[in-house]
Parts: sequence; C-alpha cells; structure tokens
Amino acid sequence: MSAGAGTDRSAVDRRTRGFRAALTRIYAAFIKELLQLRRDRITFATMIFIPLTQLLLFGYAINTDPKHLPTAVLIQDESSFSRSFVAAMQVSEYFDIRTRATSEEDLDHLILSGRVQFGVQIPAHFGRDLIRGERPAILVVADASDPVAAGGAVAALQGLTTIVFSRDLIGPVASRAPQELPFELRIHRRYNPAGETRLNIVPGLMGTILTLTMLIFTALSVTREVERGTMESLLSMPIRPVEIMLGKIAPYLVVGGLQAGLILGAAKLLFGVPVVGSLGLLVVLTLLFILANLSVGYTFSTIAKSQLQAMQMSFFFFLPNILLSGFMFPFRGMPDWAQAVGEILPLTHYLRIVRGIMLKGATFVDLQVDVLALGLFTLAAMGLAVARFRQTLD
Amino acid sequence: MTGAIATRAAEVPDIVIDVQGLTKSFGGRPVVKNLSMQVHRGLIYGFLGPNGSGKTTTLRMLCGLLTPGSGHGTCLGYDILTQSAEIKRHVGYMTQRFSLYADLSVRENLEFVARVYNLDDPHAAADSAIRRLGLENRASQLAGELSGGWKQRLALGACILPGPELLLLDEPTAGVDPKARRDFWDEIHTLAHQGMTVLVSTHYMDEAERCHEIAYIAYGELLAQGTVDEVIAHAHLATYIVTGPDLAELAERLKAMDGVDMVAPFGTALHVSGRDRARLDAATKDLREQGPQVWSPGEATLEDVFIDLMSRTKDNFA
Repeated sequence: MSAGAGTDRSAVDRRTRGFRAALTRIYAAFIKELLQLRRDRITFATMIFIPLTQLLLFGYAINTDPKHLPTAVLIQDESSFSRSFVAAMQVSEYFDIRTRATSEEDLDHLILSGRVQFGVQIPAHFGRDLIRGERPAILVVADASDPVAAGGAVAALQGLTTIVFSRDLIGPVASRAPQELPFELRIHRRYNPAGETRLNIVPGLMGTILTLTMLIFTALSVTREVERGTMESLLSMPIRPVEIMLGKIAPYLVVGGLQAGLILGAAKLLFGVPVVGSLGLLVVLTLLFILANLSVGYTFSTIAKSQLQAMQMSFFFFLPNILLSGFMFPFRGMPDWAQAVGEILPLTHYLRIVRGIMLKGATFVDLQVDVLALGLFTLAAMGLAVARFRQTLD
Repeated sequence: MTGAIATRAAEVPDIVIDVQGLTKSFGGRPVVKNLSMQVHRGLIYGFLGPNGSGKTTTLRMLCGLLTPGSGHGTCLGYDILTQSAEIKRHVGYMTQRFSLYADLSVRENLEFVARVYNLDDPHAAADSAIRRLGLENRASQLAGELSGGWKQRLALGACILPGPELLLLDEPTAGVDPKARRDFWDEIHTLAHQGMTVLVSTHYMDEAERCHEIAYIAYGELLAQGTVDEVIAHAHLATYIVTGPDLAELAERLKAMDGVDMVAPFGTALHVSGRDRARLDAATKDLREQGPQVWSPGEATLEDVFIDLMSRTKDNFA
C-alpha cells in the first residue's frame, strides 16, 4: 500500500521534473530566437515600420466613398436652372467640376481618356422645356469601370435632383416643383453614421498587417535553420519538436503584441477610430489571432524545402485572406463557396472580432463562435506542424 | 532515473557502440552497406575513408539523425532504432560543417546548449567552458566572426559541455592549421583519458596514427578495422622502396606488370607493393637485379594499405 503510494509520488515527481525540463528547453529556444531577432536589424526595423507605413498608407489612401471626383460639364442651355444644377453638384462635394466641354465629342473624349469620371450634359432649351413641363433630361455619364468609386456620387446626384430647383421654381412655374414624397425615407448608417471608410478599413488593416508579418516571421524560422546548417546540430540535441515550435513562436507573440499595440495607438491618435468595447478582450483575442497566424507560418516552415518556398506558401495563403475575408469586398456579397473558403481563414473571424469590439462594442458572448474557430484553427495548425516536423535528416 | 538505467543492456557497458548490418540508401543508391562495428569504452576510434564513402551517414545513424534502412545495434546500451532520444542526451555530435548559430555570441551559443541539456546553471556551465577553451577574450564575439580554428574549438566545447559519454566528431580538423590540429588532438586524448569514448572521422593519415583503433570504409563498406599495426599486418602487402633515377618512367612500366598491385611515389622514393610476395618478386626480379635504381625491402604504410584496399573494392565494383 505504502509502496504503491510511493511509486505514485515518484511518478508525479518525475512528471513535474520532466515538465520543468521541457519548459527550460522551450526557454532556451525562446532566448535564442529573441537574440537572433535582435541581431537581425533589418527584420527588426521591418517589424516596426511595416505596420506603421501600411497603416498610414492604406488608412489614408483607401476610401470607398470618394469625393471630389473630376467632372466635366457640357452646358448647352444658359439658364438659371443650369447654373443651379452645376452649383448644387459643386456643393455636394462629390463633384469637382474641372472642365467645361465644348461639344458632345469633347465630353466623350474626356471620359474615355479618364481625365474625368463624370460628364454632365445639360441640353439646349433645358430651362424652357422644364418650365413647359416637357420633362427634359439631364444626361449624366459616369465612368463605372470602378463601380465602388462611382456609387456614392451617383446616389448623391439622385438625391440632389429632388431639391435642386426649389429656389428657381417659384411664382408661375411653382407647379413644376417636384411633388413631395408621400412618406419620408429615413436611413440610419449605424456604427459609422458618416459612412467613413477608415472606421471600417483601419481595424481591418490591423488584421491584414498582422497576418502578413506574423506569417513571414515564422515561415522562415525552420527553413532558415535547415539552410544555414544549424538544424543538424539542433536535431542532435535532446529537444523535442513541440518544444522547438513553442520556443520559436513565443518571441513573435511578443513582437505581434507590440505591433498590435502600435496599430491600435495609431488608429486612435491618427484616425480617431474608437474602441467602443473592452480593450482587454480585444488584446486577448488579438493575441489569439497572432498565435493562429504564427502557427500557420510555422507549419509552412516545416513543409517548405527552402526559404523561398516558405515565402511563396505564405503569399499563397495571404491572398485569399485579403480577398475572401471581407477585408476588401463585402463578405456577404460573395457566392456561397467563397464564403465557405472565407470561413476557414483566420482573418475572416478576426475581422468580425476586431470590428465587433472596436466599432460595435461586442462582448465575448457575441463573438464566441469566431473565438472558437480561431482556437480550433490554431490547434490544427500546430498539430500539423509538430506532425510534419522532420526529426531526422532522412 | 532508475528506469533509464534499467533499460540499458548493462550498467556500464564496456562496448559503447555495437552495431550489426547497418545499411542506408538514398534514392535507391546504397551509401552504407552491411556495416558492423564495435567500439570499446575510453578509446579513440578513427573512422577513415575517402570522400563520399559513407562516414558521415554512419555517424548520423549512430546518433539518431538518420534511420538505418536495415540492421540493428546499440549506442551506449540504447537501441539506435528506438531510443534515439536517450542517445541524444548522452552523445555529443560535432558536425562537419560549423552548425552553431553564427549570429549568436560564443557565450549565447554555449548557454543555449546548456539550457537544452537542462544543466542546472547554464551561465556557470558556459563560463567554465569558455575558460576551458581559452575563449575569455572572445566570449561576446559572434560565433560567425571567429576564425576556422576557433570555430572548431567552440564547436568541440559545445559538444562536451553537457558531459557526454560518447563523442562523434565528423572530420573535425578539415581546414584547420597544423598547430590548431595538434592542440585539438591533445584535447581529444585528454578527454579519452578521462573516460570519454571518441569516434572521429578523418581522411588525414597522420591523424589515423593518433587513434587507438581505426576502421577503414570505402564505397559504403567497412574494409578493415583494428589497431594501425593490425590493419597493416592484415593487409599482407609486400613492399619495396625504390630510389634512384628515372622513377617516373619506372613507375609507368611497373603499373602495367602482373603481380604489382600498387605503385606510389613518396617524395624521392617509389613504393611498390603486391598482395602476393612470390608474384611480386617474380615480376620485379629483372628490374631489381639490373638497376640502375636501388631496391630495398620495406614496410607498407597505412596509406599504402588504404590505397590498395580502395583499388581492390573498386575492382570488385567494375
């Protein structure tokens, strides 16, 4: 009886000692990676500058509701109605009237050459016909080769038509004023009432920047050891694959955390993007997302034969993350199969998490499905990496 | 701990390496063929052979870096097929190419090794290794910036830091100057004296003579093993040392003769050997008597034996 208890205790002791020894080995790999990281100045610099420059560039550059679009007008009717219409377009801020075309051919050419995005033709006798009640038409030609860019402006133009002539249609011609709609259409643009793109883009950028940098850092880690010949030494030492993996991933978790902090700070200070929900929850879930990407990168690293291959695999993974996650295009606008692919990607879930917390004030309960998806994804990637890790040089 | 010892073949096995029939192929091409060897505790065992003969592959199979295609055996009493984790803990393997981290300092490299082997005080262990290696002034220098000789010293230092029972050294002195080579061998002998077993691969003949025992491997096959004297005696190579004028022409004539198996110039002399003394004597009778060169009976050197062994194997393959 007592002997049995003794064996139990020694077994437990051995397990504790074994666990502590494993932690020491993970720590050994952690310190080693951190030191190597510090020595590699260029990598270190990119860690700071990639997130900042990308955020500044794209945060300011991407705007899906562009204003001040170059516009040309062809005015063949010198009436107060024409002037009012052009003035109203100016005031809407969507149109920047740069050129007055001299003929229809000229207007076509301006659009075709891409010098303007909109061409507006007010035909001859427009004012006269309007007063006569002949419903004259204003021709608006939009360059819709970028439909997103044109969308907001076209909508603004339609809205403008109902009110533009209210000042001109007075006295005898008042009957030509458009009838008021029998009801009022009131549209709420929730979470982003001004429809500002950056509120959507900046949290999304945080996800894409972290995906890119984290993937590449770990994707190179194992192949680099193989290419430099240090793998032979490492494999001849008593350190297990899972210990190597955790030791290699851990420093980048720290780096990723710093990057996320940097981006969040810039989002608040430069772009005025608020964090409506819990900052603590955002930090924890961001770390989970970082871990997911580090695991994928590490998995690639165990499969690739060279650093170049590892980079190619990273980009192969990165592209669908950008295109199918809902970062670039509305997730719900994609066909079912594309949405299914998107559901596998960590960025898709993180975008819901980060936009949810930052803009809508979502709580853990609201996000648990996405958190679970990220967690499962991470575990699967890590499991695959450990299974794939070549423990011999065979 | 007790469990670990119980699984060994013996408490302190006198035979440190004991393998039979090791075979390894890469892409269908056999690199090591049916190799069996035994290495006793505390010996320096030289592993000789030309480039590409399978030396590195054998060392890697012994320390668990490669899985043998067939064959079995033990290393330090642990099964090389199933207990490679235990073997790694007790074997120091020094790779042919410098494989410590070039972008870590000497101290950082040593501390990394100490931690991976779970030494109690990695800092102190690195300190004493640095003192032992005489690297005090270079402790904070990056390993990649060291000269060839210092890199090799550091690599050996890192190997012996965890106190292994067996050292596997893969061409440790390649590209190192003579002084550093001598220091290195002095160190190896000190370690062996302290009870460490050393298996060292090389293709320098003078280094072979510094080993207690040697094994010669060519084309993946172990051709001879034993002490240097045993290997020479076992070859039964009858040898004449020829001096005098026009040795180059003489060598060409001799090579074509039946009964002459090997002709090799050594400085101002020519070594002429044959596997069968009677046939060698018969073939060279006229030349020996006519001159103008002077023929004297000599001892085959280790190099003569190895070159002969190699040509015999080559013949078998042709």
